[in-house]
Amino acid sequence: MVSLRRLIYRIIRKKRKVKLGIYGAPNVGKTTLANRIAMDWKGTIVGRVSEVPHETRKVQGMENVLIKVNGGEIALDILDMPGISTKLDYRDFLDYGIDVIEARERAKEATKGVIEAIKWLEHVDAVLAVMDSTKDPFNQVNITILGNLEARGIPVIIVANKIDLPEAKPNMIKVAFPQHPVIPISALSGENVDKLYMEIVRKLG
Amino acid sequence: MIRMIRLDFISKDRMEGKTVMEKVRTILGMVKEGSLVVVEGGLSPEEEKTLIETTMLEINTTDDFFGIELYSLGDERSVSRIKKILGINGERKSKLTVIGPSNVLEQIRKEPGMISLLAKSNQYQ
Repeated sequence: MVSLRRLIYRIIRKKRKVKLGIYGAPNVGKTTLANRIAMDWKGTIVGRVSEVPHETRKVQGMENVLIKVNGGEIALDILDMPGISTKLDYRDFLDYGIDVIEARERAKEATKGVIEAIKWLEHVDAVLAVMDSTKDPFNQVNITILGNLEARGIPVIIVANKIDLPEAKPNMIKVAFPQHPVIPISALSGENVDKLYMEIVRKLG
Repeated sequence: MIRMIRLDFISKDRMEGKTVMEKVRTILGMVKEGSLVVVEGGLSPEEEKTLIETTMLEINTTDDFFGIELYSLGDERSVSRIKKILGINGERKSKLTVIGPSNVLEQIRKEPGMISLLAKSNQYQ
């Protein structure tokens, strides 16, 4: 049964769109997830995906994504953020066959992207914090992002991505951040994405 | 050849009264000179955020500053629901933050209450 408070909250929020930021370190699968959501509900993609870090260097998004699950629904403006990083060395891009001039330009754009993503932390209504299930969750970028969101009381759902990989350990993320819902998924294969939609509607709808 | 790495420890008292930007400038100034900086009492999430933003502005692809490594210890936030209801979520535990040039500092392992770091030679030199 829906409580009175929740009912009033839903009426007030009705028609209001939620600005949902997709945050995380570079190469955790933010754009793959944004594309998955956009494809599932609007039949189109948000941006290009690449194995080269910092492929997304500007905030890209999709408006009016309506998610309907189990009788509930939510309208979202999806904002796919550039990966947040504490360092950017153009020479790291040379390993991917990019020449020095392009690598320098890419690094310069990427620094601006990180700043843009950080500034958006003050304007989003809710966040999907994407983490790579194959990596150590005690990553400072994760800790700093969550710390800032918690300080501002912004709802967070942690997406433990890449569970299609054999070395994935999504439980480590659950142990590291027990204060937030953690949904293990593969944005690439679509595994468990339905559970993520349910959680989005439950928590934000 | 033995490569020397300088360690700077900043006490809580020394940081007290400084604005967020003053703290960030103090730390970045030391890190850009090659120091590993340990800040007693640590940085708040907002200070960490400002430090990352300012670092991005300072990265210059033509010189040798390519960013920082930043590690905080003691900000594990596994607070029980009861504590949250009682309003003791905001209680700040003792914390410290380690910051160093990205081409020098590397994390080996981190778990609640412990961190292992490695200071290394510059990868590209």
